[in-house]
Amino acid sequence: MLAKRIIPCLDVKDGRTVKGTNFVGLRDAGDPVELAESYSAQGADELVFLDISATNDGRKTFAGLVGEIARKINIPFTVGGGISSAGDIGALLDVGADKVSINSAAVRQPALIEAAARNFGSQCVVLAVDAKRTSDGWRVYMNGGRIATELDAVAWIKRGVELGAGEILLTSMNADGTRDGFELELTREVSESVSVPIIASGGAGSMDDFADVLVRGKADAALAASVFHYGQIGIPELKSFLKMRGVEVRI
Amino acid sequence: MKVVVVKYNAGNIASVANTLNRLGVEPIISDDAETLRTSDKVIFPGVGEASSAMNYLRERGLDVVLKSLTQPVMGICLGMQLLCASSEENETECLGILPYRARKFPGGGLKVPHMGWNTVSDLQQPLFEGIASEEYFYFVHGYYVETGKQTIAICTYGETFSAAIHHANCYAVQFHPEKSGIAGKRILENFLRL
Repeated sequence: MLAKRIIPCLDVKDGRTVKGTNFVGLRDAGDPVELAESYSAQGADELVFLDISATNDGRKTFAGLVGEIARKINIPFTVGGGISSAGDIGALLDVGADKVSINSAAVRQPALIEAAARNFGSQCVVLAVDAKRTSDGWRVYMNGGRIATELDAVAWIKRGVELGAGEILLTSMNADGTRDGFELELTREVSESVSVPIIASGGAGSMDDFADVLVRGKADAALAASVFHYGQIGIPELKSFLKMRGVEVRI
Repeated sequence: MKVVVVKYNAGNIASVANTLNRLGVEPIISDDAETLRTSDKVIFPGVGEASSAMNYLRERGLDVVLKSLTQPVMGICLGMQLLCASSEENETECLGILPYRARKFPGGGLKVPHMGWNTVSDLQQPLFEGIASEEYFYFVHGYYVETGKQTIAICTYGETFSAAIHHANCYAVQFHPEKSGIAGKRILENFLRL
């Protein structure tokens, strides 16, 4: 059986792991290399590592960290943040990333998804979509949630898959960092609309939230940050809980 | 022990090299015929698309070299499919070392690519020594190799397919041992011990 995946996410700024609420109010959450090793040892199925540095120095630090983490973990490793060209992707894969997550650059330049899939294969192209609920549906935001676009989230995701994205990382901005639960309806709608796996992100607060998004939300994987970083939920206990609830997980 | 990782345009070389380093092996990453022929073990990794990978190998004569090897060779993921006779991916003629054809997952209700940790069973020695049936390995692939006489592990995702094959000096795994935690590390250890 194919297991549902549990994915800790490390948002990294200038070499440190940080976490905010609704994309603002960042707090320090520790050393990314230590966290990555610890999650890998605890049974995380994959790691996502996002660069939210605002400066070039921060970005260089990030590329160094990607290499350092890749040398220490033996689970799949997705990196993203600030990727804007096929060259950026190649450089990250060369230092040991397995997949790259593309967000704003794909909105500005959808051909980047095609180029990435052609050069490196769809399996390493993750389209990250930050969506916010508006009066007329779910709207795509870019630049870390700072800029609204005209795109409808479901329509954009369908297009992204047609262009070659091999996986979708779907974040509900409304739920992010609130610990009030994942956005189930949107996740299910997206999962039923495309043929590639969906990673649900934003809002994890309890173990029940994970079960809900993996079963009712039909997500293939669930991603979270703060509940793991601050020790509120341990990965081994979460997986035992999910197994008890009848969710296929790797233990 | 001289371990060579084949350098070509579809290799996830950094990940494989990192895992070998953790096993105390410093692999040589090379596309040189003589280096490949004189090595003790050859690892043929791969992610990407079959026809462009085969074109690249043919242009550099690596297809001939790979077919001539007699030491243990391990194909990983796309590497496994390239060791087969052909692939449905862009109707590609492959190396023809393993008498199989890589087929496309039919899709339907299933998400394709098959991505994530899946259990494997019907495990055979020596590659799976020390690994329990129903162990999880990490897969990422849109094409699969059917089962046959040389299958040494199976996996089911809609179809039941070869998770691993052994034929003469060639071993091939559809999953990524370099990304499959402790179990994956054990597979590479077992291969290096052959």
